Amino acid sequence: MSEKTPAITQATLVKKAAPKSDYKPADVSPQRRVQRSFAVRLWSVRHSRLLEWFYARFSDMFLLLHPLWKRIGYGRVEGPIKFVEKRVKGFMFDCRMCGQCVLSSTGMSCPMNCPKQLRNGPCGGVRANGNCEVEPDMPCVWVKAWEGSRNMAHGDKILDVQKPVDQSLRETSAWLRVTAQAAAAREAARNVPKPGAPA
Amino acid sequence: MIGRQPDENPAGIHLPLDPLPGHTSRGRLERVLRRGEFAVTTELNPPDSADPEDVYNRAKIFDGWVDAINAVDASGANCHMSSVGICALLTRMGYAPIMQIACRDRNRIAIQGDVLGGAAMGVANMLCLTGDGVQAGDQPGAKPVFDLDCMSLLETCRIMRDNGKFLSGRKLTTPPQLFLGAAINPFAPPIDFRPYRLGKKIAAGAQFVQSQYCFDVPMFRTYMQQVRDLGFTEKCFILCGVGPLASAKTAKWIRSNVPGIHIPDSIVKRLEGAQDQKKEGKQLCIDIINEVKEIPGVCGVHVMAYRQEEYVAEIVDESGVLKGRQPWKREIRRDDQLVADRLDHILHDEITETQVDMVKTAH
Ligand code: SF4
Repeated sequence: MSEKTPAITQATLVKKAAPKSDYKPADVSPQRRVQRSFAVRLWSVRHSRLLEWFYARFSDMFLLLHPLWKRIGYGRVEGPIKFVEKRVKGFMFDCRMCGQCVLSSTGMSCPMNCPKQLRNGPCGGVRANGNCEVEPDMPCVWVKAWEGSRNMAHGDKILDVQKPVDQSLRETSAWLRVTAQAAAAREAARNVPKPGAPA
Repeated sequence: MIGRQPDENPAGIHLPLDPLPGHTSRGRLERVLRRGEFAVTTELNPPDSADPEDVYNRAKIFDGWVDAINAVDASGANCHMSSVGICALLTRMGYAPIMQIACRDRNRIAIQGDVLGGAAMGVANMLCLTGDGVQAGDQPGAKPVFDLDCMSLLETCRIMRDNGKFLSGRKLTTPPQLFLGAAINPFAPPIDFRPYRLGKKIAAGAQFVQSQYCFDVPMFRTYMQQVRDLGFTEKCFILCGVGPLASAKTAKWIRSNVPGIHIPDSIVKRLEGAQDQKKEGKQLCIDIINEVKEIPGVCGVHVMAYRQEEYVAEIVDESGVLKGRQPWKREIRRDDQLVADRLDHILHDEITETQVDMVKTAH
C-alpha cells in the first residue's frame, strides 16, 4: 500500500534535481496558493450547529421566493445570486463552487478543499496530529467535518454515501438549484391525488 | 488421471471457476473466504520493466502460500507497470490477482473501461482505493485526477455488477462478476469516525477490506470491537494488513515520512534492542499475526513485505495461519509435462527415430 524506501524518496530526488533559481514560492502546494488562512473556515466548523439552523431558515426563505424567481426567470437571477453565493460561501467555507453543495452533510466543512476532493470521508493518510497528508500545515478537511457533524442536529447525514461530483455543474448556483428542486418536489407532492379522494 | 487442486477450472487454469450460489465472483479468494478459511493475501512488487518474466518471477515466490496477490496501481504515486497489465499476465497463468484501482490517475470513463477489461481477462477481485497524493511519488508535477473517490468507485463497480449498467445508466451486455474490496485504516484520525466509515464502504459495495499495516494490536482490537458492535463483521470480510519492518531506522523513517502508518514506540524499542534487526522485524510480524488472528471478525491477513517478498512464505509458514491448508499453486499438469518432455527429447537429444523403432519401444 505504501512505500518504505529508507532515507531518500523518489520525490526528494526529483525535487533536488529541479533547476535552481532565486525565486522559490513559499507555499507547499498549488492548492494552498489560492487560499487564505484557515481561521474563518475553522470558525464555521465550530459553529456548525448555528449555521445549520440558519441554513434551514435561509433555504425556506428561498423557497418562499420561488414564485419571484420564476417570474424573473431562474436564468436571469442566476448571475447576481451566484455572485453573492460565491462571495459569501467563499468567505465562510472557502467554497469552490462545485454547484452541488453538501455542506449540511459534511459538518459545514467544504470537502472540495480536500486536495483529493473526497466527498465521502477521510483518506487513509491523515497525519497523527489530524493534519492533511498532502498539505502538512492544513487541518484535514474530514477531521474537521467529523467534528462539525457531531455538533449538528442532522449530523448523521455524514454517513450517507455521496454520488461523484458532476463536473458539468461547476460554477453554478447551488442555492437556486436546491430551491428549484424543492419547488418541483412540492409541486409533485401536491399533484399526487390523496389516497381515498374521489378521482 | 490428472490430480486437480481445489478451486481450479478443469478446462484450464486461466479460466474462471464455476459460479456458486451466493457468490458474486468466479474467483478463488471469494471461495476461500466464504468457506470460512483463514485467507492470506500479499502484494506483488510491480516491476519497472516491460518483461513479463519479471512479473512471473515475482509471483512465483508466493506459490502455494497465498490465496490472492494484489496488483498495485502505482502505489505511493510512483510509476510502475500498471495493475491492469500485471493482472493480464497473472490471470493467464492461473493466479488470482486483486486488481487495485486508484482514483488518482484516471477519471470515471477510464476506470469503468478498465473494470470491464480486467473482468474480461478473468480478474475476479477488485480493490477500490483513493490513492496517495501525487506529491508523494516520483512525478510530483502530475495532474491529480481524483474524479471519483474510493466510495463512489465502489458504488460504480457495484452498479456495473448488480445492475448491469454504467454510471451513466447505459446498459452492459455482460456485466462483470466481481468480488469488491476496499482499504481501511483504523490507525489514522478521526479515530471514532473510522468504524462508521467502514459501514459506509460496505453500503457502497465493499465485500472484503484489507487494512493498513497494523503495528498497534490493542488499537486494532478496539476498532474490531466497535466494528463487531455495529454488526459489520457479518457483512464484510476483514483482512488485517501486516508486514515485516527491516530495521528500527526504517520504522522511524516510515513513521515520520509515510502518512497513515502508525508505529508505536514500543515497536521501535523492540527493534532497536535486537541483535539482528531484520530477523526481529520478521518475528515481530509473526507475533502480530498470531495476535490478530485470534480477534473475532478477522478473516485473514494481508502480508505486505515491500522489497522483502522472499519472507512472505516464511512468515506465513512460521505463523501457521494456514493450519496445514495449501492455497492453490501453479503446477504443470501431467499431460502438459508429457508433451514438454517428449518435445525436449525430440529436439535436444541427438536421435533419429523411425516409426518402426517407436513401435518397438512402445511395446
Ligand atoms: S488528509 Fe484529509 S484533507 Fe488531506 S487528502 Fe486526506 S482526506 Fe483530504
